[in-house]
Amino acid sequence: MMVLRTLNQGPAHGYAIAKHIQDWSKGDLKIEDGSLYPALNRMLLKGWVKAEWGVTENNRKARFYRLTAAGKKQLDAESSAFNKMVRAIQLVMRTS
Amino acid sequence: MFWRNLLRRDHEDEGWREEMESHVQMLTDSFLAQGLTPQEARSAALRQVGNLTGRREEIYRMNGIEWLDSISMDVRYALRGLRSHPSFTAVALLTLALGIGANTAVFSVVNSVLLKPLPFPRAEELVDLAQVAPGAGGVISSRGLGLSTSMYFTYTEQNRSFQSMGVWTSRAVTVTGLGEPEQVSANLISDGLLQTLAVQPEAGRPLTGADQVPGANGTALLSYGYWQRRFGGDRSAIGRKILVDARPREIIGVMPASFSIADTRADLILPLQLDRRQAILEGFSLTSLARLKPGISIHQANADIARLLPIWARSWASTPGGAAGDGGFAEKLFLSSWRIGPNIRPLRESVVGNVRSVLWVVMGTLAIVMLIACANIANLLLVRVDSRQSELAVRAALGAGWTRIVRQLLIESLVLGAAGGALGLGIAYGGLRLLVRHAPSNLPRLSEIGLDLHALAFTAIVSIVSGLFFGLIPAWRYAGPRVSLTVRDGGRTMSHSRDRHRTRNILVVVQVSLAVVLLISSGLMIRTFQEMRSVRPGFERPEAVQTFRVVLPQTLIPKDEDATRTEQSIADKVAAIPGVISVGFGSALPMDGAPPNWDGILKEGQSYAQGSVPPMRLYLNVSPGLFGSLGTKIKAGRDLTWTDIYGGRKCVLVSENLARELWGSAQAAVGKRVRANDIDVWREVLGVVEDVRYSGAQEPAPAVVYWPVFGLLHYAHVMATTRAVAFSVRTNRAGTETLLSEIRRAVSSANAALAVANPETMRETVDRSMARTSFTLVMLAIAGAMALLLGLIGIYGVIAYAVSQRTREIGIRLALGARPADVRKMFVQYGLGLCATGITIGVGAAAALTRVMKALLFGVAPMDPTTFGAAPVLLLAATLAACYMPARRASAVDPVQCMKAE
Repeated sequence: MMVLRTLNQGPAHGYAIAKHIQDWSKGDLKIEDGSLYPALNRMLLKGWVKAEWGVTENNRKARFYRLTAAGKKQLDAESSAFNKMVRAIQLVMRTS
Repeated sequence: MFWRNLLRRDHEDEGWREEMESHVQMLTDSFLAQGLTPQEARSAALRQVGNLTGRREEIYRMNGIEWLDSISMDVRYALRGLRSHPSFTAVALLTLALGIGANTAVFSVVNSVLLKPLPFPRAEELVDLAQVAPGAGGVISSRGLGLSTSMYFTYTEQNRSFQSMGVWTSRAVTVTGLGEPEQVSANLISDGLLQTLAVQPEAGRPLTGADQVPGANGTALLSYGYWQRRFGGDRSAIGRKILVDARPREIIGVMPASFSIADTRADLILPLQLDRRQAILEGFSLTSLARLKPGISIHQANADIARLLPIWARSWASTPGGAAGDGGFAEKLFLSSWRIGPNIRPLRESVVGNVRSVLWVVMGTLAIVMLIACANIANLLLVRVDSRQSELAVRAALGAGWTRIVRQLLIESLVLGAAGGALGLGIAYGGLRLLVRHAPSNLPRLSEIGLDLHALAFTAIVSIVSGLFFGLIPAWRYAGPRVSLTVRDGGRTMSHSRDRHRTRNILVVVQVSLAVVLLISSGLMIRTFQEMRSVRPGFERPEAVQTFRVVLPQTLIPKDEDATRTEQSIADKVAAIPGVISVGFGSALPMDGAPPNWDGILKEGQSYAQGSVPPMRLYLNVSPGLFGSLGTKIKAGRDLTWTDIYGGRKCVLVSENLARELWGSAQAAVGKRVRANDIDVWREVLGVVEDVRYSGAQEPAPAVVYWPVFGLLHYAHVMATTRAVAFSVRTNRAGTETLLSEIRRAVSSANAALAVANPETMRETVDRSMARTSFTLVMLAIAGAMALLLGLIGIYGVIAYAVSQRTREIGIRLALGARPADVRKMFVQYGLGLCATGITIGVGAAAALTRVMKALLFGVAPMDPTTFGAAPVLLLAATLAACYMPARRASAVDPVQCMKAE
């Protein structure tokens, strides 16, 4: 979901996505950058994202991922589901 | 996306590798920017990304289909396994290929002959308009009662069931005007026949109603084969004139190559030109076929014809221009006495005829062989899996689930099945070519036989099913949860387990009992064949009799007596050929399939009730000397002479069984008088002839009245000759090409426009009449031999295996003082016990199954005690041999060696 969220702001390559997530969570989430790629492959298979080879601002070859219409829909669905879950947890935490 | 990923996975993987590498580079760049050294930056970056190779593998797996991957691995593993055991693989593949090949070949035959529709548009609407006449005795042939010309007119004009119908008949004609005179086959067809079949000529125009008007200009259609043979496929042949039986005919077209009328092929198709004014009640010689109107059932069509029969009997006369219905006599004779009735059946059924039972028996037999083959391979696999116990156990110990091991075993046998199927297809292809060349020529639809998609599908199914069948048995025995025990045992003590032997024993018993069934069936066929060969057919040494046919058309030799004199001069000239012992001729020779002529006979001194119908006798016309040349004995009285014939002596010969029936004995018949009907003159019985089996060795000899080839007709006061005659030449040169060319010269020196047709030796004629039996015999014998061999291999395998597994036990027995003979006895008894069980079951099954074969048997009961006794004895003897070899090996075990091996 975080990957989709990142890509919602525009196409990005793997490194940029990893960095973005890292910055976003302010280092709280300790994940290996490599685990990003199987996730990207799964999204490619499901048709949520599309990939194109390109060149980064530092002149490095990289694949840029772009959200498709199906991906956007998935993001909406996931974030509303997530929000619902968070609300439910908060509700439980508050009443206890 | 998915399939593209699957197929281009390696390329994709390369993409991911590049992308990840560039990710690491960027990370390294950012660490460098934070002031780390290049080495530190690089390792920090690698730490940050984690195990990239593992991620790539994850992606690789995600893009594939896991089961497909592992199956292709299993297949490769199985192939490796098969390659490393060449003798096992060779035996298994050979067994399978033979089994599958034989089954595919016979299935193709069954499919082409019995299952595929006839090669006509909407063939399911076509019917054979056959009729039955249970009260008519021998008049009806195996096809039933034909139509007469008058029936054709009545049925065509008044039926309510058919879109169209037509009649046809075949006969040999002589074609001149194209070089050498040649005798060819012709189908004479009525109007409506080609329309019914819905076939158009390949070139030229079809026969029309105008061609069918009696007296119209002669026309002819060529068959494709004849067109190619005589005209080299030249289109200008259309429009040319040929002489058919000395009558000019214009070629108007060529039929397609595949064309045949109900499986009867002919070189020429001629218009029948049926004449309404000449049509009489009798003459039931036309074969008919019709196309049902949509929605009309055969039952309704039968009712329709049944309605028309009385109308027909009342509308026509027995003689041209006679009173319609003969004053009610026709109705009484044909409907009350003969009981003519419709027996319409699908055309396909009447084309296939009696081959149906043969084919199903052969198919069933080969299916049994296939079962035996599978049982055998299952046994081989059991041995193989046994020796792989520890391998499987190790795999199980390393975490392979039992389903995984079952799958591995099944895939191995499926690979075996598929390879066997592929080889079998090759065998089937070769076998079919052999079969088409050597099958009985009376096998219907022979030219349509070949491998097609159905046959391929059949092969695939048989391969897979048999692969599953023989693979499941070892898989089920071995892949249970017990596998892990074996590692500890080192595969040594496990093998004593009784239930594993039980599986193998059951398989062997099944094999033996199936082999018994097949041996008994082929034994019955061998006995049938023997019986047929040992029957005295009424003639001698058929291999030394050369036969041929000659037709003398009226247009060529108008006067009947001249025609007979020409025939006689042919006989004299042929008799003068060196090496020829004697010559004779007649309207038909034994078993040659010539259309029979049947009628009643009246004996002098016996009164016949008005309107009663005497039993039907076969009428044949013979020349003096025919019986001498065939080796048929004259039992009493004497043969005809030419003086009798040209002198107009009113005389006949009769067969011995007829003489006995009418006068009590052969001697008593000589000098008695008979006539064919009330208007006929009395004729003296000159002699009595030995019974001859005219319709084949398996059919009883008919009662025959032999008329002279030239004489007073029995239904009109006219002297007439037999214009289509078959010659019988007794000579030791029979069947040689030189004799034939000398015969051809003799015939053309008698009259240059005459052609020799259907030359063959009497032996060939007899063999052809037995073709169905010998074909069945050969197929069953092959199947029986295969079954016997496979069964023996099975028994040998089981005993040999038991010996190898019980070596230690044998060693102990011998050490404790058992004699080698006792050890041998133990194993032989084991094998014989299995065999005896199999035989008991097999004999029971055979007793139930051989009843199906009843129609194929002759002179042998389906429960023939000789066969039922001989087959088990043969099997027991062979089993004894198969057991003795491994048993001897067992008794030669050295006890010391055994103990040391412990």
